[in-house]
Amino acid sequence: MTVIYILWLREVKKYLRSRTQIIASMGSPIMYLGILGFGLGPVFQRAGQGSYLQFMAPGVIGMTVLFTSIFSGIALLWDRQFGFLKETLVAPVSRLSIMLGRTLGGATVAIIQGLLIFIVCLIAGFRPTSAMAIPIAILFMMLIAIVFAALGTVIGSSLKDMQGMQLVMNFLVMPIFFLSGALYPLTNLPKVLALLTRLDPLTYGVDGVRSVLIGVTHFGPVVDLAVLIGVAGLLLTIGAWRFSKIEI
Amino acid sequence: MIRVQNLSKKFGDLTAVDNISFEVNKGEIFAFLGPNGAGKTTTIKMLTTLLHPTSGAVELDGLDPTVARDEVRKRFGVVFQDPSLDQDLTAWENMEIHGVLYGVGRKERHERAGILLKLFELWDRRDALVKTFSGGMRRRLEIARGLLHTPRVLFLDEPTLGLDPQSRNQMWTHVKSLNESDQVTVFLTTHYMDEADRVAQRIAIIDHGRIVAIGSSRELKEQTQTESLEDAFLKLTGTTIRDESASSTDALRQVARMWRR
Repeated sequence: MTVIYILWLREVKKYLRSRTQIIASMGSPIMYLGILGFGLGPVFQRAGQGSYLQFMAPGVIGMTVLFTSIFSGIALLWDRQFGFLKETLVAPVSRLSIMLGRTLGGATVAIIQGLLIFIVCLIAGFRPTSAMAIPIAILFMMLIAIVFAALGTVIGSSLKDMQGMQLVMNFLVMPIFFLSGALYPLTNLPKVLALLTRLDPLTYGVDGVRSVLIGVTHFGPVVDLAVLIGVAGLLLTIGAWRFSKIEI
Repeated sequence: MIRVQNLSKKFGDLTAVDNISFEVNKGEIFAFLGPNGAGKTTTIKMLTTLLHPTSGAVELDGLDPTVARDEVRKRFGVVFQDPSLDQDLTAWENMEIHGVLYGVGRKERHERAGILLKLFELWDRRDALVKTFSGGMRRRLEIARGLLHTPRVLFLDEPTLGLDPQSRNQMWTHVKSLNESDQVTVFLTTHYMDEADRVAQRIAIIDHGRIVAIGSSRELKEQTQTESLEDAFLKLTGTTIRDESASSTDALRQVARMWRR
Protein backbone atom coordinates (compact mmCIF):
# COMPACT_ATOMS: atom_id res chain seq x y z
CA MET A 1 0.00 0.00 0.00
CA THR A 2 2.77 2.46 0.97
CA VAL A 3 4.43 1.65 -2.34
CA ILE A 4 1.33 2.48 -4.38
CA TYR A 5 0.90 5.63 -2.30
CA ILE A 6 4.45 6.93 -2.72
CA LEU A 7 4.46 6.29 -6.47
CA TRP A 8 1.10 8.02 -6.76
CA LEU A 9 2.40 10.92 -4.70
CA ARG A 10 5.44 11.17 -6.96
CA GLU A 11 3.29 11.65 -10.07
CA VAL A 12 1.11 14.28 -8.42
CA LYS A 13 4.06 16.16 -6.93
CA LYS A 14 5.82 16.29 -10.25
CA TYR A 15 2.72 17.61 -11.94
CA LEU A 16 2.09 20.34 -9.40
CA ARG A 17 5.68 21.47 -9.76
CA SER A 18 5.70 21.83 -13.52
CA ARG A 19 3.85 25.06 -14.13
CA THR A 20 4.84 25.18 -17.79
CA GLN A 21 3.36 21.74 -18.37
CA ILE A 22 0.12 22.78 -16.69
CA ILE A 23 -0.19 25.87 -18.84
CA ALA A 24 0.96 24.17 -22.06
CA SER A 25 -1.51 21.34 -21.70
CA MET A 26 -4.37 23.81 -21.37
CA GLY A 27 -3.55 25.26 -24.78
CA SER A 28 -5.36 22.87 -27.09
CA PRO A 29 -8.57 22.49 -25.04
CA ILE A 30 -8.86 26.26 -24.80
CA MET A 31 -8.32 26.49 -28.54
CA TYR A 32 -11.07 23.96 -29.25
CA LEU A 33 -13.37 25.66 -26.84
CA GLY A 34 -12.66 29.19 -28.00
CA ILE A 35 -12.33 28.73 -31.73
CA LEU A 36 -14.57 25.75 -32.50
CA GLY A 37 -16.98 26.54 -29.71
CA PHE A 38 -17.68 30.07 -30.80
CA GLY A 39 -16.95 29.47 -34.50
CA LEU A 40 -19.43 26.65 -34.98
CA GLY A 41 -21.90 28.06 -32.45
CA PRO A 42 -24.14 29.91 -34.93
CA VAL A 43 -24.41 26.88 -37.29
CA PHE A 44 -25.25 24.57 -34.40
CA GLN A 45 -27.89 26.99 -33.18
CA ARG A 46 -29.47 27.28 -36.62
CA ALA A 47 -29.65 23.49 -36.84
CA GLY A 48 -31.92 23.68 -33.83
CA GLN A 49 -29.53 22.03 -31.35
CA GLY A 50 -29.18 24.91 -28.91
CA SER A 51 -25.92 26.29 -27.57
CA TYR A 52 -22.81 24.64 -29.00
CA LEU A 53 -20.69 25.74 -26.07
CA GLN A 54 -23.04 23.94 -23.69
CA PHE A 55 -22.82 20.86 -25.90
CA MET A 56 -19.09 20.71 -26.45
CA ALA A 57 -17.80 21.77 -23.00
CA PRO A 58 -18.18 18.20 -21.62
CA GLY A 59 -16.43 16.95 -24.76
CA VAL A 60 -13.48 19.25 -24.25
CA ILE A 61 -13.24 18.20 -20.60
CA GLY A 62 -13.24 14.58 -21.76
CA MET A 63 -10.56 15.35 -24.33
CA THR A 64 -8.32 16.94 -21.69
CA VAL A 65 -8.62 13.92 -19.44
CA LEU A 66 -7.97 11.62 -22.41
CA PHE A 67 -4.77 13.32 -23.53
CA THR A 68 -3.30 13.80 -20.08
CA SER A 69 -3.97 10.26 -18.91
CA ILE A 70 -2.95 8.41 -22.06
CA PHE A 71 0.36 10.26 -22.27
CA SER A 72 1.19 9.60 -18.65
CA GLY A 73 0.95 5.93 -19.54
CA ILE A 74 2.88 6.11 -22.79
CA ALA A 75 5.68 7.96 -20.97
CA LEU A 76 6.55 4.49 -19.65
CA LEU A 77 8.42 3.85 -22.87
CA TRP A 78 10.87 6.57 -22.02
CA ASP A 79 10.86 6.08 -18.32
CA ARG A 80 11.84 2.44 -18.37
CA GLN A 81 15.14 3.10 -20.12
CA PHE A 82 16.13 6.59 -19.05
CA GLY A 83 14.00 7.28 -16.09
CA PHE A 84 13.00 6.33 -12.70
CA LEU A 85 11.02 3.24 -13.71
CA LYS A 86 14.09 1.01 -13.75
CA GLU A 87 14.77 1.93 -10.17
CA THR A 88 11.31 0.69 -9.20
CA LEU A 89 11.63 -2.48 -11.28
CA VAL A 90 14.61 -3.77 -9.27
CA ALA A 91 13.07 -2.85 -5.93
CA PRO A 92 11.65 -5.67 -3.79
CA VAL A 93 8.03 -4.74 -4.60
CA SER A 94 5.48 -6.32 -6.90
CA ARG A 95 5.09 -5.10 -10.45
CA LEU A 96 1.36 -4.83 -9.88
CA SER A 97 1.77 -2.21 -7.16
CA ILE A 98 4.21 -0.24 -9.32
CA MET A 99 1.76 -0.32 -12.21
CA LEU A 100 -1.16 0.68 -9.99
CA GLY A 101 0.74 3.53 -8.32
CA ARG A 102 1.81 4.92 -11.65
CA THR A 103 -1.53 4.52 -13.36
CA LEU A 104 -3.52 6.01 -10.48
CA GLY A 105 -1.04 8.88 -10.26
CA GLY A 106 -1.42 9.59 -13.96
CA ALA A 107 -5.19 9.37 -13.64
CA THR A 108 -5.21 11.82 -10.71
CA VAL A 109 -3.18 14.33 -12.69
CA ALA A 110 -5.64 13.95 -15.57
CA ILE A 111 -8.58 14.63 -13.28
CA ILE A 112 -6.96 17.79 -11.89
CA GLN A 113 -6.28 18.89 -15.45
CA GLY A 114 -9.90 18.15 -16.41
CA LEU A 115 -11.15 20.20 -13.47
CA LEU A 116 -9.01 23.15 -14.54
CA ILE A 117 -10.60 23.00 -17.99
CA PHE A 118 -14.00 22.70 -16.34
CA ILE A 119 -13.31 26.01 -14.63
CA VAL A 120 -12.18 27.50 -17.94
CA CYS A 121 -15.50 26.31 -19.45
CA LEU A 122 -17.41 28.01 -16.65
CA ILE A 123 -15.55 31.25 -17.34
CA ALA A 124 -16.31 30.91 -21.06
CA GLY A 125 -20.02 30.78 -20.25
CA PHE A 126 -20.74 27.08 -19.78
CA ARG A 127 -23.54 26.50 -17.27
CA PRO A 128 -24.22 23.02 -15.82
CA THR A 129 -27.90 22.42 -15.03
CA SER A 130 -27.21 21.91 -11.34
CA ALA A 131 -24.22 22.20 -9.03
CA MET A 132 -25.25 18.92 -7.39
CA ALA A 133 -24.27 17.11 -10.57
CA ILE A 134 -20.61 18.06 -10.33
CA PRO A 135 -19.48 15.22 -8.02
CA ILE A 136 -21.03 12.66 -10.39
CA ALA A 137 -19.34 14.39 -13.32
CA ILE A 138 -16.04 14.00 -11.46
CA LEU A 139 -16.78 10.30 -11.03
CA PHE A 140 -17.12 10.00 -14.81
CA MET A 141 -13.90 11.93 -15.28
CA MET A 142 -12.17 9.52 -12.91
CA LEU A 143 -13.33 6.58 -14.97
CA ILE A 144 -12.21 8.19 -18.22
CA ALA A 145 -8.83 8.89 -16.60
CA ILE A 146 -8.38 5.33 -15.37
CA VAL A 147 -9.46 3.79 -18.69
CA PHE A 148 -6.95 5.81 -20.71
CA ALA A 149 -4.11 5.81 -18.19
CA ALA A 150 -4.43 2.02 -18.30
CA LEU A 151 -4.55 2.03 -22.12
CA GLY A 152 -1.43 4.23 -22.11
CA THR A 153 0.27 1.69 -19.84
CA VAL A 154 -0.60 -1.11 -22.27
CA ILE A 155 0.88 0.88 -25.16
CA GLY A 156 3.91 2.16 -23.23
CA SER A 157 4.77 -1.37 -22.09
CA SER A 158 4.44 -2.78 -25.59
CA LEU A 159 6.21 -0.18 -27.74
CA LYS A 160 9.89 -0.63 -28.42
CA ASP A 161 10.96 2.76 -29.76
CA MET A 162 9.95 6.35 -30.32
CA GLN A 163 8.79 5.87 -33.91
CA GLY A 164 5.82 3.92 -32.61
CA MET A 165 4.71 7.02 -30.72
CA GLN A 166 3.78 8.91 -33.87
CA LEU A 167 1.77 5.96 -35.07
CA VAL A 168 -0.12 5.73 -31.81
CA MET A 169 -0.79 9.45 -31.80
CA ASN A 170 -2.22 9.58 -35.32
CA PHE A 171 -4.00 6.26 -35.51
CA LEU A 172 -5.21 5.85 -31.97
CA VAL A 173 -5.31 8.96 -29.79
CA MET A 174 -6.70 11.37 -32.37
CA PRO A 175 -9.37 8.91 -33.63
CA ILE A 176 -10.40 8.20 -30.04
CA PHE A 177 -11.02 11.89 -29.61
CA PHE A 178 -12.75 12.56 -32.95
CA LEU A 179 -14.94 9.45 -32.74
CA SER A 180 -16.10 10.18 -29.22
CA GLY A 181 -18.93 12.55 -30.02
CA ALA A 182 -17.10 15.25 -28.12
CA LEU A 183 -17.66 17.66 -31.01
CA TYR A 184 -20.92 16.44 -32.60
CA PRO A 185 -24.14 14.69 -31.56
CA LEU A 186 -24.28 10.92 -32.13
CA THR A 187 -27.73 10.93 -33.71
CA ASN A 188 -28.30 10.31 -37.45
CA LEU A 189 -24.68 9.39 -38.18
CA PRO A 190 -23.72 7.30 -41.22
CA LYS A 191 -23.70 3.58 -40.30
CA VAL A 192 -19.93 3.06 -40.28
CA LEU A 193 -19.31 6.14 -38.19
CA ALA A 194 -22.11 5.20 -35.82
CA LEU A 195 -20.50 1.79 -35.31
CA LEU A 196 -17.03 3.25 -34.76
CA THR A 197 -18.27 5.78 -32.22
CA ARG A 198 -19.86 2.95 -30.27
CA LEU A 199 -16.54 1.09 -30.10
CA ASP A 200 -14.78 4.11 -28.62
CA PRO A 201 -14.70 4.05 -24.80
CA LEU A 202 -14.40 7.84 -24.66
CA THR A 203 -17.86 8.08 -26.27
CA TYR A 204 -19.40 6.70 -23.09
CA GLY A 205 -17.25 8.95 -20.94
CA VAL A 206 -18.24 12.11 -22.77
CA ASP A 207 -21.86 10.99 -22.91
CA GLY A 208 -21.79 10.36 -19.16
CA VAL A 209 -20.29 13.76 -18.33
CA ARG A 210 -22.76 15.41 -20.68
CA SER A 211 -25.75 13.60 -19.22
CA VAL A 212 -24.98 14.70 -15.66
CA LEU A 213 -23.89 18.23 -16.48
CA ILE A 214 -26.46 19.31 -19.06
CA GLY A 215 -28.99 16.49 -19.09
CA VAL A 216 -28.37 15.52 -22.73
CA THR A 217 -27.51 11.87 -23.27
CA HIS A 218 -27.43 9.26 -25.98
CA PHE A 219 -27.02 6.01 -24.07
CA GLY A 220 -28.10 7.06 -20.58
CA PRO A 221 -25.73 7.46 -17.62
CA VAL A 222 -26.23 3.92 -16.32
CA VAL A 223 -25.07 2.33 -19.59
CA ASP A 224 -22.18 4.80 -19.73
CA LEU A 225 -21.12 3.93 -16.21
CA ALA A 226 -21.36 0.19 -16.80
CA VAL A 227 -19.35 0.31 -20.04
CA LEU A 228 -16.63 2.50 -18.48
CA ILE A 229 -16.24 0.30 -15.41
CA GLY A 230 -16.05 -2.79 -17.63
CA VAL A 231 -13.46 -1.29 -19.96
CA ALA A 232 -11.44 0.10 -17.03
CA GLY A 233 -11.31 -3.36 -15.45
CA LEU A 234 -10.31 -4.97 -18.73
CA LEU A 235 -7.59 -2.45 -19.57
CA LEU A 236 -6.15 -2.49 -16.05
CA THR A 237 -5.87 -6.26 -16.30
CA ILE A 238 -4.18 -6.13 -19.71
CA GLY A 239 -2.00 -3.26 -18.47
CA ALA A 240 -0.88 -5.22 -15.43
CA TRP A 241 -0.10 -8.21 -17.65
CA ARG A 242 1.85 -6.21 -20.23
CA PHE A 243 3.65 -4.33 -17.46
CA SER A 244 4.72 -7.59 -15.82
CA LYS A 245 6.29 -8.59 -19.15
CA ILE A 246 8.51 -5.51 -19.52
CA GLU A 247 12.14 -6.47 -19.96
CA ILE A 248 14.83 -3.86 -19.71
CA MET B 1 29.17 -13.52 -2.00
CA ILE B 2 28.35 -14.10 -5.67
CA ARG B 3 28.68 -17.50 -7.29
CA VAL B 4 27.97 -18.05 -10.96
CA GLN B 5 28.08 -21.48 -12.58
CA ASN B 6 27.82 -22.24 -16.30
CA LEU B 7 25.62 -19.22 -16.84
CA SER B 8 24.27 -18.65 -20.36
CA LYS B 9 21.80 -16.26 -21.90
CA LYS B 10 20.49 -16.55 -25.44
CA PHE B 11 18.37 -14.04 -27.31
CA GLY B 12 17.07 -16.05 -30.24
CA ASP B 13 20.14 -17.13 -32.19
CA LEU B 14 22.44 -14.72 -30.41
CA THR B 15 24.35 -16.02 -27.41
CA ALA B 16 25.00 -12.94 -25.29
CA VAL B 17 26.53 -14.80 -22.37
CA ASP B 18 28.14 -18.15 -23.08
CA ASN B 19 28.67 -20.57 -20.23
CA ILE B 20 30.52 -18.37 -17.76
CA SER B 21 31.52 -19.28 -14.22
CA PHE B 22 33.14 -17.14 -11.55
CA GLU B 23 33.02 -16.27 -7.88
CA VAL B 24 33.21 -12.97 -6.09
CA ASN B 25 34.33 -13.01 -2.47
CA LYS B 26 32.80 -11.03 0.34
CA GLY B 27 34.22 -7.51 0.61
CA GLU B 28 35.97 -7.74 -2.72
CA ILE B 29 35.95 -5.23 -5.57
CA PHE B 30 35.52 -7.27 -8.74
CA ALA B 31 35.60 -5.85 -12.25
CA PHE B 32 34.14 -7.13 -15.49
CA LEU B 33 36.26 -5.74 -18.26
CA GLY B 34 35.29 -6.17 -21.88
CA PRO B 35 34.66 -4.49 -25.22
CA ASN B 36 31.21 -3.28 -26.25
CA GLY B 37 28.67 -6.03 -26.62
CA ALA B 38 30.77 -8.53 -24.71
CA GLY B 39 27.90 -9.47 -22.40
CA LYS B 40 28.72 -7.33 -19.37
CA THR B 41 25.34 -5.67 -19.02
CA THR B 42 23.47 -8.90 -19.77
CA THR B 43 25.37 -10.59 -16.93
CA ILE B 44 24.53 -7.76 -14.53
CA LYS B 45 20.88 -7.97 -15.53
CA MET B 46 20.83 -11.67 -14.70
CA LEU B 47 22.56 -11.09 -11.38
CA THR B 48 20.08 -8.34 -10.49
CA THR B 49 16.92 -10.38 -11.27
CA LEU B 50 16.01 -8.38 -14.38
CA LEU B 51 16.66 -11.23 -16.81
CA HIS B 52 16.10 -14.95 -16.50
CA PRO B 53 19.16 -17.02 -17.39
CA THR B 54 18.71 -19.46 -20.28
CA SER B 55 20.76 -21.98 -18.33
CA GLY B 56 23.18 -22.17 -15.44
CA ALA B 57 22.99 -21.14 -11.81
CA VAL B 58 23.44 -17.87 -9.95
CA GLU B 59 23.81 -17.46 -6.23
CA LEU B 60 23.93 -14.16 -4.38
CA ASP B 61 24.62 -14.32 -0.66
CA GLY B 62 23.55 -17.95 -0.83
CA LEU B 63 20.22 -17.20 -2.50
CA ASP B 64 18.96 -17.94 -6.01
CA PRO B 65 17.67 -14.75 -7.69
CA THR B 66 15.16 -16.69 -9.78
CA VAL B 67 13.57 -18.21 -6.67
CA ALA B 68 14.01 -15.77 -3.75
CA ARG B 69 13.70 -12.72 -5.96
CA ASP B 70 12.67 -10.08 -3.43
CA GLU B 71 15.08 -11.35 -0.78
CA VAL B 72 17.91 -11.05 -3.30
CA ARG B 73 16.76 -7.58 -4.33
CA LYS B 74 17.03 -6.35 -0.74
CA ARG B 75 20.64 -7.52 -0.64
CA PHE B 76 22.02 -5.54 -3.54
CA GLY B 77 22.12 -1.96 -4.73
CA VAL B 78 22.57 -1.19 -8.40
CA VAL B 79 23.60 1.74 -10.56
CA PHE B 80 22.65 1.21 -14.18
CA GLN B 81 24.39 2.39 -17.28
CA ASP B 82 21.50 4.74 -18.06
CA PRO B 83 20.34 7.22 -15.44
CA SER B 84 17.44 6.14 -13.24
CA LEU B 85 16.98 9.16 -11.01
CA ASP B 86 13.80 11.19 -11.05
CA GLN B 87 15.04 14.52 -12.34
CA ASP B 88 11.95 16.44 -11.33
CA LEU B 89 12.38 15.51 -7.70
CA THR B 90 15.01 16.66 -5.22
CA ALA B 91 17.97 14.56 -4.13
CA TRP B 92 16.31 14.01 -0.78
CA GLU B 93 13.02 12.90 -2.35
CA ASN B 94 14.85 10.43 -4.55
CA MET B 95 16.44 8.91 -1.46
CA GLU B 96 13.13 8.96 0.37
CA ILE B 97 11.23 7.03 -2.33
CA HIS B 98 14.03 4.50 -2.55
CA GLY B 99 13.82 3.95 1.20
CA VAL B 100 10.07 3.39 1.04
CA LEU B 101 10.38 0.98 -1.89
CA TYR B 102 12.91 -1.07 0.07
CA GLY B 103 10.85 -0.99 3.24
CA VAL B 104 13.40 0.92 5.31
CA GLY B 105 11.73 2.44 8.39
CA ARG B 106 11.38 6.21 8.55
CA LYS B 107 13.94 6.85 11.28
CA GLU B 108 16.61 4.63 9.80
CA ARG B 109 15.84 5.95 6.33
CA HIS B 110 16.43 9.56 7.31
CA GLU B 111 19.55 8.69 9.27
CA ARG B 112 21.11 6.69 6.42
CA ALA B 113 20.13 9.27 3.81
CA GLY B 114 21.82 11.98 5.89
CA ILE B 115 25.02 9.98 6.34
CA LEU B 116 25.23 8.98 2.68
CA LEU B 117 24.44 12.40 1.27
CA LYS B 118 27.12 13.90 3.49
CA LEU B 119 29.60 11.21 2.52
CA PHE B 120 29.01 11.79 -1.19
CA GLU B 121 29.17 15.57 -0.72
CA LEU B 122 25.58 16.20 -1.73
CA TRP B 123 24.15 17.21 1.63
CA ASP B 124 24.16 20.94 0.83
CA ARG B 125 22.20 20.28 -2.33
CA ARG B 126 19.71 17.83 -0.87
CA ASP B 127 16.72 20.06 -1.57
CA ALA B 128 17.73 20.98 -5.11
CA LEU B 129 16.03 19.32 -8.08
CA VAL B 130 18.16 16.59 -9.64
CA LYS B 131 17.86 18.20 -13.06
CA THR B 132 20.11 21.01 -11.81
CA PHE B 133 22.87 18.48 -10.97
CA SER B 134 26.01 17.84 -13.02
CA GLY B 135 26.73 14.39 -14.44
CA GLY B 136 29.14 13.60 -11.62
CA MET B 137 26.70 14.68 -8.93
CA ARG B 138 23.98 12.52 -10.45
CA ARG B 139 26.22 9.49 -10.45
CA ARG B 140 27.16 10.10 -6.84
CA LEU B 141 23.53 10.44 -5.90
CA GLU B 142 22.69 7.19 -7.67
CA ILE B 143 25.40 5.38 -5.76
CA ALA B 144 24.33 6.96 -2.47
CA ARG B 145 20.75 5.91 -3.21
CA GLY B 146 21.82 2.37 -4.09
CA LEU B 147 23.47 2.09 -0.67
CA LEU B 148 20.53 3.45 1.34
CA HIS B 149 19.09 0.04 2.23
CA THR B 150 22.51 -1.22 3.42
CA PRO B 151 23.01 -3.78 0.64
CA ARG B 152 25.74 -6.39 0.81
CA VAL B 153 26.61 -6.08 -2.86
CA LEU B 154 26.80 -2.98 -5.00
CA PHE B 155 26.53 -3.41 -8.77
CA LEU B 156 27.92 -0.61 -10.92
CA ASP B 157 27.33 -0.90 -14.67
CA GLU B 158 29.80 1.42 -16.43
CA PRO B 159 29.26 4.05 -13.75
CA THR B 160 31.87 6.50 -15.02
CA LEU B 161 30.74 6.65 -18.65
CA GLY B 162 30.69 10.28 -19.76
CA LEU B 163 32.26 11.68 -16.58
CA ASP B 164 35.32 13.90 -16.52
CA PRO B 165 38.52 12.59 -14.87
CA GLN B 166 37.94 14.65 -11.71
CA SER B 167 34.46 13.23 -11.17
CA ARG B 168 35.67 9.72 -11.94
CA ASN B 169 38.49 10.03 -9.49
CA GLN B 170 36.25 11.40 -6.75
CA MET B 171 33.64 8.73 -7.34
CA TRP B 172 36.10 5.86 -7.01
CA THR B 173 37.63 7.36 -3.89
CA HIS B 174 34.19 7.28 -2.26
CA VAL B 175 33.41 3.78 -3.45
CA LYS B 176 36.75 2.45 -2.26
CA SER B 177 36.43 4.00 1.17
CA LEU B 178 32.93 2.55 1.55
CA ASN B 179 34.17 -0.84 0.46
CA GLU B 180 36.81 -0.68 3.16
CA SER B 181 34.69 0.73 5.97
CA ASP B 182 31.44 -1.20 5.41
CA GLN B 183 32.76 -4.31 3.68
CA VAL B 184 30.37 -3.82 0.78
CA THR B 185 31.18 -6.17 -2.07
CA VAL B 186 31.45 -4.21 -5.32
CA PHE B 187 30.83 -5.70 -8.76
CA LEU B 188 31.58 -3.26 -11.55
CA THR B 189 31.78 -3.29 -15.31
CA THR B 190 33.88 -0.89 -17.30
CA HIS B 191 35.91 -0.57 -20.41
CA TYR B 192 38.38 1.84 -18.90
CA MET B 193 41.51 -0.20 -18.18
CA ASP B 194 43.03 2.27 -15.73
CA GLU B 195 39.89 2.14 -13.60
CA ALA B 196 39.84 -1.62 -13.40
CA ASP B 197 43.56 -1.58 -12.73
CA ARG B 198 43.31 0.94 -9.91
CA VAL B 199 40.08 -0.03 -8.23
CA ALA B 200 39.52 -3.75 -8.61
CA GLN B 201 41.22 -6.49 -6.67
CA ARG B 202 40.31 -9.04 -9.29
CA ILE B 203 39.36 -8.64 -12.92
CA ALA B 204 37.51 -10.91 -15.32
CA ILE B 205 38.06 -10.19 -18.98
CA ILE B 206 34.97 -11.03 -20.97
CA ASP B 207 34.66 -11.18 -24.73
CA HIS B 208 31.95 -12.59 -27.01
CA GLY B 209 30.06 -13.69 -23.94
CA ARG B 210 32.92 -15.80 -22.56
CA ILE B 211 35.37 -15.14 -19.76
CA VAL B 212 38.79 -15.34 -21.39
CA ALA B 213 40.88 -14.64 -18.31
CA ILE B 214 40.38 -13.97 -14.63
CA GLY B 215 42.72 -12.80 -11.90
CA SER B 216 44.38 -9.78 -10.35
CA SER B 217 45.85 -7.13 -12.61
CA ARG B 218 49.33 -8.47 -11.97
CA GLU B 219 48.31 -12.04 -12.68
CA LEU B 220 46.78 -11.00 -15.98
CA LYS B 221 49.93 -9.18 -16.99
CA GLU B 222 52.11 -12.14 -16.02
CA GLN B 223 49.85 -14.57 -17.80
CA THR B 224 50.09 -12.60 -21.06
CA GLN B 225 53.67 -11.43 -20.49
CA THR B 226 52.74 -7.81 -21.05
CA GLU B 227 53.64 -4.56 -19.37
CA SER B 228 50.24 -2.99 -18.86
CA LEU B 229 46.68 -4.13 -18.35
CA GLU B 230 45.77 -2.53 -21.66
CA ASP B 231 48.28 -4.67 -23.54
CA ALA B 232 47.10 -7.73 -21.66
CA PHE B 233 43.52 -6.87 -22.57
CA LEU B 234 44.32 -6.41 -26.26
CA LYS B 235 46.33 -9.59 -26.33
CA LEU B 236 43.45 -11.52 -24.85
CA THR B 237 40.61 -9.98 -26.85
CA GLY B 238 42.32 -9.10 -30.12
CA THR B 239 42.37 -5.75 -31.87
CA THR B 240 39.29 -6.05 -34.07
CA ILE B 241 36.65 -3.42 -33.51
CA ARG B 242 33.26 -4.74 -32.40
CA ASP B 243 30.46 -3.64 -34.66
CA GLU B 244 27.38 -4.13 -32.63
CA SER B 245 24.20 -3.86 -34.58
CA ALA B 246 22.25 -0.94 -33.17
CA SER B 247 19.22 -1.93 -31.13
CA SER B 248 16.11 0.11 -30.39
CA THR B 249 17.65 0.98 -27.03
CA ASP B 250 20.63 2.54 -28.78
CA ALA B 251 18.28 4.65 -30.87
CA LEU B 252 16.53 5.84 -27.72
CA ARG B 253 19.87 6.53 -26.08
CA GLN B 254 20.82 8.76 -28.96
CA VAL B 255 17.68 10.84 -28.56
CA ALA B 256 18.32 11.04 -24.83
CA ARG B 257 21.79 12.42 -25.44
CA MET B 258 20.44 15.03 -27.80
CA TRP B 259 17.89 16.19 -25.27
CA ARG B 260 20.40 16.49 -22.48
CA ARG B 261 22.41 19.07 -24.39
